[in-house]
Amino acid sequence: MTPERHSYLDAPYGLKAWLLTKDHKRIAMLYLISITIFFALGGFFAAGIRLELLTPKGDLLTPDLYNKFFSMHGVIMVFFFLVPSIPATLGNFLMPIMVGAKDLAFPRINLISWYLYVIGGLIALTVLAMGGIDTGWTFYTPYSTIGSSTNVSLAIIGVFVAGFSSILTGFNFIVTVHRMRAPGMTWFRLPLFVWANYATSLVMILGTPVVAITLCMVAAERTLHLGIFDPKLGGDPVLFQHLFWFYSHPAVYIMILPGMGVMSELVAAMSRKQIFGYSFVAASSLAIAILGFLVWGHHLFVSSQSIYAGMVFSIITMLVAVPSAVKTFNWAATMYKGSVSWESPTYWVVGFMGLFLVGGLTGLFLASMGLDIHLHDTYFVVAHFHYIMVGGAIMAYMGGLHFWWPKMTGKLYNESLAKVSAILVFVGFNLTFGPQFIVGYLGMPRRYHTYPDEFQVWNVASTLGASILGMGYMLAFTYLVYSIFKGEAAPANPWGAKGLEWTTTSPPPTFNFDVDPVVDEPAYNYNPTGKGVHVG
Amino acid sequence: MSAGGPHPPTVLGSSAHGGLAVAGHGEGGHHPRQQHHFYTMGQQLEASILGMWVFLVTEVMFFGGMFMAYIVYRTWYPTAWAASSNQLNVIMGAINTGVLICSSLTMVLAVRSAQVGSRAGQIVNLILTMMFGSTFLVVKYFEYAEKFHHGLVPGPNFNPHHVLPDGTIEHIALPLGSQLYFSLYFMMTGIHALHMIIGIGIMLVMLRWAIKGRFTPDYYNPLEVSGLYWHFVDVVWIFLFPLFYLIPSH
Amino acid sequence: MDLLYFFIVAVCAFFAVLVVALVVFFTLKYKRQSPNEVGADIHGSLALELLWTAIPFVLSLVMFGWGAELFFKLSRPPADSMEIVVVGKQWMWKVQHPEGVREINELHVPIGVNVRISLGSEDVIHDFFMPAFRVKMDAVPGKITTLWFQATLPGVYHIFCSQYCGTKHSGMVGQVFAMQPQDYAAWLAGGRANGTPVEMGHKLFADYQCATCHKEDRTGRGPSLVGVAGSAVQLADGRTVVADDNYLRESIVNSQSKVVSGFQPIMPTFQGQISEENLMQLIAYIKSLKPAASK
Repeated sequence: MTPERHSYLDAPYGLKAWLLTKDHKRIAMLYLISITIFFALGGFFAAGIRLELLTPKGDLLTPDLYNKFFSMHGVIMVFFFLVPSIPATLGNFLMPIMVGAKDLAFPRINLISWYLYVIGGLIALTVLAMGGIDTGWTFYTPYSTIGSSTNVSLAIIGVFVAGFSSILTGFNFIVTVHRMRAPGMTWFRLPLFVWANYATSLVMILGTPVVAITLCMVAAERTLHLGIFDPKLGGDPVLFQHLFWFYSHPAVYIMILPGMGVMSELVAAMSRKQIFGYSFVAASSLAIAILGFLVWGHHLFVSSQSIYAGMVFSIITMLVAVPSAVKTFNWAATMYKGSVSWESPTYWVVGFMGLFLVGGLTGLFLASMGLDIHLHDTYFVVAHFHYIMVGGAIMAYMGGLHFWWPKMTGKLYNESLAKVSAILVFVGFNLTFGPQFIVGYLGMPRRYHTYPDEFQVWNVASTLGASILGMGYMLAFTYLVYSIFKGEAAPANPWGAKGLEWTTTSPPPTFNFDVDPVVDEPAYNYNPTGKGVHVG
Repeated sequence: MSAGGPHPPTVLGSSAHGGLAVAGHGEGGHHPRQQHHFYTMGQQLEASILGMWVFLVTEVMFFGGMFMAYIVYRTWYPTAWAASSNQLNVIMGAINTGVLICSSLTMVLAVRSAQVGSRAGQIVNLILTMMFGSTFLVVKYFEYAEKFHHGLVPGPNFNPHHVLPDGTIEHIALPLGSQLYFSLYFMMTGIHALHMIIGIGIMLVMLRWAIKGRFTPDYYNPLEVSGLYWHFVDVVWIFLFPLFYLIPSH
Repeated sequence: MDLLYFFIVAVCAFFAVLVVALVVFFTLKYKRQSPNEVGADIHGSLALELLWTAIPFVLSLVMFGWGAELFFKLSRPPADSMEIVVVGKQWMWKVQHPEGVREINELHVPIGVNVRISLGSEDVIHDFFMPAFRVKMDAVPGKITTLWFQATLPGVYHIFCSQYCGTKHSGMVGQVFAMQPQDYAAWLAGGRANGTPVEMGHKLFADYQCATCHKEDRTGRGPSLVGVAGSAVQLADGRTVVADDNYLRESIVNSQSKVVSGFQPIMPTFQGQISEENLMQLIAYIKSLKPAASK
């Protein structure tokens, strides 16, 4: 990198240039900062929950306060952290570069989406300052409409605005992939990260509006007495559940699909090998997105839903597990006869695979209706979804952040600390959520702040794990931030990886490429002649 | 992977409508309205149109949630639905339907005027479109007022009644489920009206740009894309009208 | 149910160990030897893709089938079950035995007897969960739901509310006392009964003037209710429905919705006037109205 060069980070200067930017890379960094703040806030609430659960009695927090803690934890982590995480940071940064474009299709809408996220976030913080909500992130009626006396309507507005932000991100990605690919970049030459975010975007645009209107109905019932879910007027509270889960189940695929995309990139790069079964992995992203819309009723097996509807949902839920399994096998097969490096991203990859595996497999227990009767609304479910969302999605996010950190910031972070952090997170995570499977099977319900004494040992183990997990994340935050100021300058391609992003400088110039790219080879083309070839 | 020499990008899917036929190869000859990250005007237009369609899909899903609630409750409470529908003013609803259809016509004519380069045509048709839209909203206002006066607003004040000429109050007995009907009526037509208001706002911006001569036969993307939005709002009403106003009761 | 659980545990453990072992093995065996080394040129294998699609698919169908069968059994209480009425309200469980004894947050049952619980809620959604018996069911306001179980070993077992319902959600807990039949009978006899559900329902039937129209000799303006519970009823709009608990409940609170064929829709609705508990007692009474020469 010659000293004369200006990357997207340098020019133009000034706060105003950043806050009014149209550059997708700067917007990605703006998101990175805001999302990290919300992650910390969500983590604070998690800490409160785990501290309270150290003892069977409710001695740390009052019942109402505890209920607010888990509600705020859920709302913040789902809507303000997980849903935007990979798409808004890594996706915004990489999607245009990976398709060979200068920016996303609609740069100004991209900036608007960040502002909407911030406004939604500020509304959430206002709700927090006004005492928070206690309905759970799931807002079940009638409790959310007539039961709760907290600021539900304002919280709904915050979620609505943040949801709109996510719709705009999704819509931008779809148009970009369809219309902004560089010459030669056919669909089947796209990196799998692009396929994954494309599938995610389809889910975002189809699902988010439904939860938006459903929550509007709850707010309307609270404020205008339009009692759509009120049993006294003939309404059905379970209708809310159907409408809510119609989005919120696909939402979990919004949270994991981009992570799977990151995994594909990292596995290929760390093994320096073509992804095994590229078209199957691409197709499985789409299959998960589509099937994901057909399974929402598996949250309603014991809600008074008809048995026959339940059976349909159960079988399709079993089916949606299959594409995820296919991906996992493909990633493992990619490593076969690869050239695998144990640099820090690989630690995150291996951690993801183990944890996602457990998370996905435990979903099978819940999909099986008979078992779900016992396990529904217990800590088994809590453990299952945290294995996927934290053990899977967040590990993938961390892995991606590390892998592309040199590209995004132009700096190298401390490799040894990164490995330590990955190990701390892996160990801490398992200790936090592993015992929850057991205590859930034994019958401990969710959202309980007092519990029978016999469950205590598992809860203590879980809290201990949570402290280790927290340390792992804080360590990562520390060395990553440190690297921005004091890190060694990064070369264009520190990992020796394939992909358009590695052909440009670290960090890239404002318009991504000095010369408009033309693509003439498949993705992950590590070994074009069949012999060991010099990379670079 | 070839970093490539100065390799002119091949034009991706440029279309004849609204774009320069084959743009200059990225070096000079840019249309003044071409944004920097697009290779050609054709690409820019296609991106805008695809973008608006994707956005309209989200709007379909948004209204879709309410349509689902409607379907479920109408199946459960058919008599309530029929009895409540009788309380609506079909004449006003029909007028509004006609008004919106006319507004879609004038919208199309506005786009057509841009295509043939008629600034006056754009201005007149945009103004007409906004007038039709406003008429819709005024009629809606009167309709809502009527509902309020007849106690048909759901909630603690739900008290369906007529006031007879001699001043006595005649209560209307509506079956269970009627409040659900009216909740959905107000929510769905209300959110639709909100979209109309936003649409009129967009038309104001389009009008301002039309007056400034911003739209020419080779560039009228914003007009075309706003037109799509306007037609969508019209189509939603075409569904709302029969579903709420035209339920037969036996 | 535990058998299915352990089957799935075994399947999961197998795949988990397999994948983890492969990953660990591959990352170690194919460790990068030199900075410029790349991996082999392998793109995929259709055979493998089909294999690892088909096997999980078949296994998941097995899990589905087994789970669905279990669910079916758990949704169909046996006909000879003892009927208990449970109503949840923030933040307690009100239990009533067929003999009239009432409990709060406690449920005494005899072992070896099928127990069917009719579940209702007075306010928000709750869920009656007994982990020892591997059953739970939501209590939804506006509906009656059911669950059934059979205690096999005497003991004391947890009751939890497992659908978040507000401040004292975690306090809405209780205990099931499973007892030997003779101990249960003794407990029952010692309890203070202020009317069985049937007796209370009968009283409500009179209080609300139901008998004015629903005469047993079929001369009333409403249909006779003798033998109606559980039978097929033809409606005025041509449909035929089964008069289950929810139908009976709906006919009281939303009487215009499913009018019986041959009758006018003149029954007033009792929406908001009768509590869930009283509704369940009325239904218990109606269910007790059997024709004179019955069975």
